[in-house]
Amino acid sequence: MSIWEYANPKKFVETTTPLLPWTFGLSGLCLVGGLIWGFFFTPDDYRQGATVKIIYLHVPSALMAINAWLMMLVASLIWLVRRHHVSALAARAAAPVGVTMTLVALVTGAIWGQPMWGTWWAWDPRLTSFLILFLFYLGYMALWEAIADPDTAADLTSVLCIVGSVFALLSRYAVNFWNQGLHQGASLSLDAEKNVADIFYYPLLACIAGFVLLFIALVLMRTRTEIRVRRIRALELRARRAEART
Amino acid sequence: MMPDLGPYAGPVIWAYVASIGLILVLVLASWRRAVRIRRALEKAEGQSRG
Repeated sequence: MSIWEYANPKKFVETTTPLLPWTFGLSGLCLVGGLIWGFFFTPDDYRQGATVKIIYLHVPSALMAINAWLMMLVASLIWLVRRHHVSALAARAAAPVGVTMTLVALVTGAIWGQPMWGTWWAWDPRLTSFLILFLFYLGYMALWEAIADPDTAADLTSVLCIVGSVFALLSRYAVNFWNQGLHQGASLSLDAEKNVADIFYYPLLACIAGFVLLFIALVLMRTRTEIRVRRIRALELRARRAEART
Repeated sequence: MMPDLGPYAGPVIWAYVASIGLILVLVLASWRRAVRIRRALEKAEGQSRG
């Protein structure tokens, strides 16, 4: 069985129907559990005090803001290479989720930055690249709405997605490229170095799992909606053609 | 039950309220649109059959 079978809209809807309640349920469980654990049962940081509790929202949302764009990039490339409509619709469905995650990261970052840095905002490399990523998300969504022909819209938004990927990657690695600005290095990374103490790390992992699952659940639900919108348009077109013939 | 957040109670509470609020708006908007479009499709398919 090939993975490309799921590019069939009917097959996609059939397969995701039983998955949706599980992904929503698990994401709710991880999010509620992780946030309660982090908020109520972890101590204050010796330097940052109680503001460390913002980490359970800021880090997972920032992580998802970048990875949502990378998921859109993969879906856009599949559209450009293989012309599977479901992949273009999945990219479109992920954008509002990604923009919300970016907004959550920007808002929590500003709220956290004010007591720690003494300012809500600084033109720091990571903050600035995140703001540009947020604007790219808005531009991407606006472009989908602005073009009537769905295939042309998918083509142009895919190109925009490839261009915006530079900022998605930049927002992740900006602190490594430029040793300036207020933002600290990555809290979590794939290298062996651990930057967060265990007592904060495990509830943070639960929150990250919750955000990832919520993203998957929302993208599945929104992609199914986009598939249904296409189907409605096709039926309306068919009805108009039948009317014109009679 | 409520932990002592000290001088940072305001920022921490606001960060949680704003984030959970934004996520709830996204989930509710996605869910409402999904229900509306599903009903519209059922209606359109009914009309195309009948």
